[in-house]
Amino acid sequence: MTTTTEKPVFTRPQTLTDRPMAYCPGCGHGIVQTLMAGIIDELGIREKTVGVAPVGCAVETYNYFNIDMSEAAHGRVPAVATGIKRARPDLVVFGYQGDGDLASIGLAEIMHAANRGENYTTIFINNTVYGMTGGQMAPTTLAHQKTQTTPLGRDPETTGHPMRMSEIIATLDSPCLVARCAADTIPNIRKTRALLLKAFQYQLAGQGFSFIEILCTCPTHWHLSPKDSMDYIGRVLTPIFPCKTFRDRGAGHEG
Amino acid sequence: MSKRVLMNGNEAVAEGAIRGGCDCYFGYPITPQNELTAYMAMHMPRHGRVFVQAESEVAAINMVYGAAGAGVRAMTSSSSPGVSLKQEGLSYIAGAELPMVIVNVQRGGPGLGNIDPSQGDYFQAVKGGGHGDYRLIVLAPDSVQEMHDFTADAFDLADRYRNPVMILADGRLGQMMEPLILRTREPERVEKPWALTGARGREKNIIRSYFSVDGVLEKRNEALQTKYRRIADAETRVDPYLMDDAELMLVAYGTCARLAKAVARDCRAAGIRAGVLRPVSLWPYPTEALRSYLDRVKNILVVEMSAGQMVEDVRLAVEGAVPVHFHGRMGGGVPTTADIRAKADEITGRAR
Repeated sequence: MTTTTEKPVFTRPQTLTDRPMAYCPGCGHGIVQTLMAGIIDELGIREKTVGVAPVGCAVETYNYFNIDMSEAAHGRVPAVATGIKRARPDLVVFGYQGDGDLASIGLAEIMHAANRGENYTTIFINNTVYGMTGGQMAPTTLAHQKTQTTPLGRDPETTGHPMRMSEIIATLDSPCLVARCAADTIPNIRKTRALLLKAFQYQLAGQGFSFIEILCTCPTHWHLSPKDSMDYIGRVLTPIFPCKTFRDRGAGHEG
Repeated sequence: MSKRVLMNGNEAVAEGAIRGGCDCYFGYPITPQNELTAYMAMHMPRHGRVFVQAESEVAAINMVYGAAGAGVRAMTSSSSPGVSLKQEGLSYIAGAELPMVIVNVQRGGPGLGNIDPSQGDYFQAVKGGGHGDYRLIVLAPDSVQEMHDFTADAFDLADRYRNPVMILADGRLGQMMEPLILRTREPERVEKPWALTGARGREKNIIRSYFSVDGVLEKRNEALQTKYRRIADAETRVDPYLMDDAELMLVAYGTCARLAKAVARDCRAAGIRAGVLRPVSLWPYPTEALRSYLDRVKNILVVEMSAGQMVEDVRLAVEGAVPVHFHGRMGGGVPTTADIRAKADEITGRAR
């Protein structure tokens, strides 16, 4: 009789369903959502967590998370999350938003949810482009970046410069945690996980609004391979969107 | 004997919502409904409930969507321009089948218009307003007492059918004061196994209106239409006044119904057999009730504070069987009983 000494070192988080994600090869959504699922497992909050999905590529996020979730109209995730959390403060609530959703059509909602210090967690996916609609200019699109609606490159003279949302949110007094990180290299993904964990812990402690911006790949609309997209984040994006913590009130701070 | 209290219509709505079990109110300032929001700001926290002044009407309706999705009784209120902004949210709420209550204290339009009473939002309220095939249940009070009672009832109706319910009032009903008896009946409470409460010991719940797989959205729409037919069968409300022998039927709702009733009495004193059919539910519209009088009625006069919106539903119901006349004012103008009476005289050949 043989005995095995092999032990499983990794299993699928309970918070993830076994449904294959429909994202493009090399897309950053899958990395971030897998991290989130692991954190929800780790904190033991799967049965009291409610997510709010945006309009865009991540609309069907509820197919991948094994938790209660709500759709929201384009840009209105912060208002919907506010309604859920105010109605049931015992729930853990997160809003998951892309750059068009959060920084363009939903700018008013995110600013005011942040300013009210709503006790929920915002995960902001910044890949500098609209994904689902076919790769149009976002508020975060870089100067001279080619998109479907800036075919000659974004002209700052007529279309403005990329908006740095973490810096803008950090001008407000209420948020307890505001940080930007990147889902590219293994060390950066680990840092991203640590920030996401901290954001959920702060919410559980009632410390108020947290905002985690994650620089993510969009190989399809960057017209790059998955590998080159990962390199592009460190080479091109982080000089313009620096990865740092802009606000951290620290554990135990009253919200 | 219940004690009568004196309130304006906006406050009566607010107290009706509280007594109807409203857990969360989300609003944004706009005249002529500000007393409602102010009352909720003062009283909701006293009852341990939620009041949030949102950053816009758009945010307020989406906060309602969130709270209603979490299974609590949620409400917003506004006036015409603000209600226009909420139409996107109402479409999502109807699509996701969320119960909620919205109050429109109508003012003059189009555009910024003015802050005077109007019934210019009838089409928006009963024909859709937002995108897609959906219906709101629309109730039209004509007194401060009904402002109060209908709001409390609206929460029960919303829960019973998982459907948005609108109270369609106007600036005059919102601002005027009348005595009323406050509601003491306990709200109906229904189980909401579909709500977002955390997936504990059950499958996950999803609040959604997006169905991209072939054919699913069509099935969803068919189910909605089936529900709407069920609502139409059970919840049509109408208030006939002096209609038993009426040959002239005035049709009016809200503020205009009060004027029409005064005119009907006046007509009868002058020997004209007039009555009023007041639609209380504007959707579902009391089409059958209206048709039931057509064998005796010789003329119909519709009175509105609009260019003529509800009159289209009257004509659809009548199908040409009886002449349908119209008297209306717009832009904050309120018809006078003298003008309505003159129109009645003209129609019945008694013009002086």
